[in-house]
Amino acid sequence: MFDVVIIGAGIVGSSIARELSRYKLKTCVLEKGSDVATGSSKANSGIVHAGFDAKSGTLKAKLNVQGNIMFDQLSKDLDFPFRKNGSLVLCFNKKDIQKLEELKEKGDRNGVSNLSVLTKEQLSALEPNLNENVEAALYAPTGGIVCPYEMTIAFAENACMNGVEFNFNTEVTDIIKKEDSFIIETNNGRYGSKVIINAAGLFADEINNMVSKEKIEIKGRKGEYCLFDKTVGSLARMTLFQLPTSMGKGVLVSPTVDNNLLIGPTALDIPDKSDTTTTREGIEEVIDKARLTLREIPVNKTITSFSGIRAHAVKDDFIIGEASDVKGFINAAGIESPGLTSAPAIAKMIEEIVGRILSPSFNENFNPIRKGIPRFREMNNEERDNLIKENPSYGKVICRCETVTEGEILNAIHRPLGARTLDAVKRRTRAGMGRCQSGFCSTKIVSILARELNLSEIEITKFGGASYLLIGENKELMNP
Amino acid sequence: MVEHEVIIIGGGPAGLAAAIGAREEGIEDILILERDNNLGGILNQCIHNGFGLHTFKEELTGPEYAKRFVEKVEEMHIPYKLNTMVIDVNKDKVITAVNEEDGVIELKAKAVILAMGCRERPRGAIHIPGSRCAGIYTAGAAQKFVNIDGFMPGRDVVILGSGDIGLIMARRMTLEGGNVKAVIELLPYSGGLKRNVVQCLDDFNIPLKLSHTVVKIHGQDRLTGITIAKVDENRKPVKESEEYIPCDTLLLSVGLIPENELSEKADVELSGVTGGPIVNESLQTNVTGIFACGNVLHVHDLVDYVSEESILAGKNAARYINGKTFDEVFIEVNTCDGVRYCVPKFINPENITKSISVRFRVGDVYKDKYISIYFDGHREIHIKKRILTPGEMETIKLTEAIFKKYPTCKEITIKVEGE
Repeated sequence: MFDVVIIGAGIVGSSIARELSRYKLKTCVLEKGSDVATGSSKANSGIVHAGFDAKSGTLKAKLNVQGNIMFDQLSKDLDFPFRKNGSLVLCFNKKDIQKLEELKEKGDRNGVSNLSVLTKEQLSALEPNLNENVEAALYAPTGGIVCPYEMTIAFAENACMNGVEFNFNTEVTDIIKKEDSFIIETNNGRYGSKVIINAAGLFADEINNMVSKEKIEIKGRKGEYCLFDKTVGSLARMTLFQLPTSMGKGVLVSPTVDNNLLIGPTALDIPDKSDTTTTREGIEEVIDKARLTLREIPVNKTITSFSGIRAHAVKDDFIIGEASDVKGFINAAGIESPGLTSAPAIAKMIEEIVGRILSPSFNENFNPIRKGIPRFREMNNEERDNLIKENPSYGKVICRCETVTEGEILNAIHRPLGARTLDAVKRRTRAGMGRCQSGFCSTKIVSILARELNLSEIEITKFGGASYLLIGENKELMNP
Repeated sequence: MVEHEVIIIGGGPAGLAAAIGAREEGIEDILILERDNNLGGILNQCIHNGFGLHTFKEELTGPEYAKRFVEKVEEMHIPYKLNTMVIDVNKDKVITAVNEEDGVIELKAKAVILAMGCRERPRGAIHIPGSRCAGIYTAGAAQKFVNIDGFMPGRDVVILGSGDIGLIMARRMTLEGGNVKAVIELLPYSGGLKRNVVQCLDDFNIPLKLSHTVVKIHGQDRLTGITIAKVDENRKPVKESEEYIPCDTLLLSVGLIPENELSEKADVELSGVTGGPIVNESLQTNVTGIFACGNVLHVHDLVDYVSEESILAGKNAARYINGKTFDEVFIEVNTCDGVRYCVPKFINPENITKSISVRFRVGDVYKDKYISIYFDGHREIHIKKRILTPGEMETIKLTEAIFKKYPTCKEITIKVEGE
């Protein structure tokens, strides 16, 4: 019997798991994917929003501002990439400048600090590549960027270090409410728990509706993105939003923490919540809209396009709290933008609720510090040399585009919640994220995974499930 | 910091030939830096034959061709470091490299030869929409899995792009038990060598669908199929022509890109057309003492030409060390009217012994046309070509005698002409 079972190992579930690991609680995370951050948490804008956008008085507004403030400390403690690069909301029409002022007022009301409206002249010094049509912008110095999956991995690893159990490939199929506990049925056995936290992202409605009569509905809203080579990452310094116009909501143009350039997303409600396909129309729309922001979009420097799905609650705010009709069942649902920014504050809010229900004592062994995988590419030569002397595998570069060494890949495989798939290695080390998109290193990483996990290469997958990379040995198909 | 006379970045066919060239010209102190665990580069995975017809007048496999050069390097006792990745080069020719034994090493060279080769264009660069499931590989990655590691990446295969590696892999996958359903090519002609279309597709009854592209990738975990469509004259897919092909594997052979991220760190100027450095007749880049050869310079069809070019780069690096300079520019070579680019871009006739090979590609298919070369407006060369295609690199030798005929020439122009 667990004290707490968290359903979902995205950014919300993982930050809650880490927060609860401060207490003497037997906590378990159930995740249907093969790794943490395999849903919305792996494919989004990676923005730490300042907090001026959400409607004042909503949970979104409150938790965004609270969450934003926590990032400096969290990124240090948990060693994930975060950069406070500031953000601009661009206005393309003189008569819309009033809207920037209104946005600023809303931000002030929400508690966002140091917002200001900048003129065209001020902007040209700050962002030299802006399109000439930009007339003014709302500047938010507290806006930032983060790597969403590295952040999720960091929280989950720290939770795991502090005693939280993670079970992957485990999909919840039913929940039965008992007197003071729950029975959770999964494809992977049965779990008992006093408290359930529903952090199931896009599928949080299904989980909620298994036990609560207060039905919720989560809609999938797809966003498509294009990612560009590092050589053009500096075209934008800040995160550049567009002020919504009669033409619709715009797209953002932003550097990423790894210095790529990211543009997107589109917004399209989709019936199939697992449909992360990209479309020709979506990619064209993103590029067209981004042309409004920058003078030039370097289309020939695209390295990949992808899409992610927002978990949009029909109610249009985060759904956080104990279900009124099911004691011990706590929702953290409908977490869409600014969900990534809010996640640490959501975790605090859930911590309070769990505290009220279970009155746990502190885990005196809780260690808030998690050290990430050494980043060879970001070191100076002396640091690199020392690392290689200590462990020679850091002297073998496997991914040439991102300069990722074998040492980093081995570390990714053998650390808590270690990588088991090609994509898991990629998200932990960036091997395969570069301009060749794993053309050269995928074969090598498959061999390393097979060797280290004592598996055959044929058993290695791209991201778990049936995503096999190889089907057999040569000529095997000829002798069935 | 350890100093060397010539440092060669890359131990593939270009690097090996450059090393041999430099040694033949008398340079003792040479070092080859190779990132992989053996010399020979991508030739090691090219187990098909057809290499060496020009160089050795016989048909060799890739590994056999590489072996001839590796053996020569060994015979000549030219030092090399394997598993060594160069992570930086600057214009002062200081190279930073890393490997397991030495850690981070800084080396200073009198001359550097860039021989890093090229990489394949990935799916993202050409925006193929659809699922991002398993089962999509560049042709080269699939070639490595099959030919080096011994594993089949899939059963029912479609290949997008008719570049040479794609064509070669169509045959290889078939021979290893796969079912290659089609090769899809966006352009109205193949991007590969004619002989590869015949030997790899026609001989195995694999259809080549020209003017087609992949418009959607289907599958959740593993690829289950693709939708292809015809493209119109603007290369836009025609909705009505969409066709679904069930398959579990899509190989991409959609272009090669010279890999010049290091070159850029050394301030080497690149051509917007080839993606490789802009060089002169001596294969020197804009940075004095930095030379380039092989696929890092421009993508070749035949390794024989890589070897020929690279030996010259090695010899010139040697001459540079022995005091010769290659910085003076006399003639600029320009291309127009169907000729996309040429290498070299600049020629100083004084540095030519006997003749120089000018290599170029056309941008479209031309039948029964002429290649004309003008020296300051005088048409000096006019050669009838039954067929010119972008997939086949053209080479024209310009002799010392021609340059003597035009002693004041400032510009050479290469073009395709009707008559």
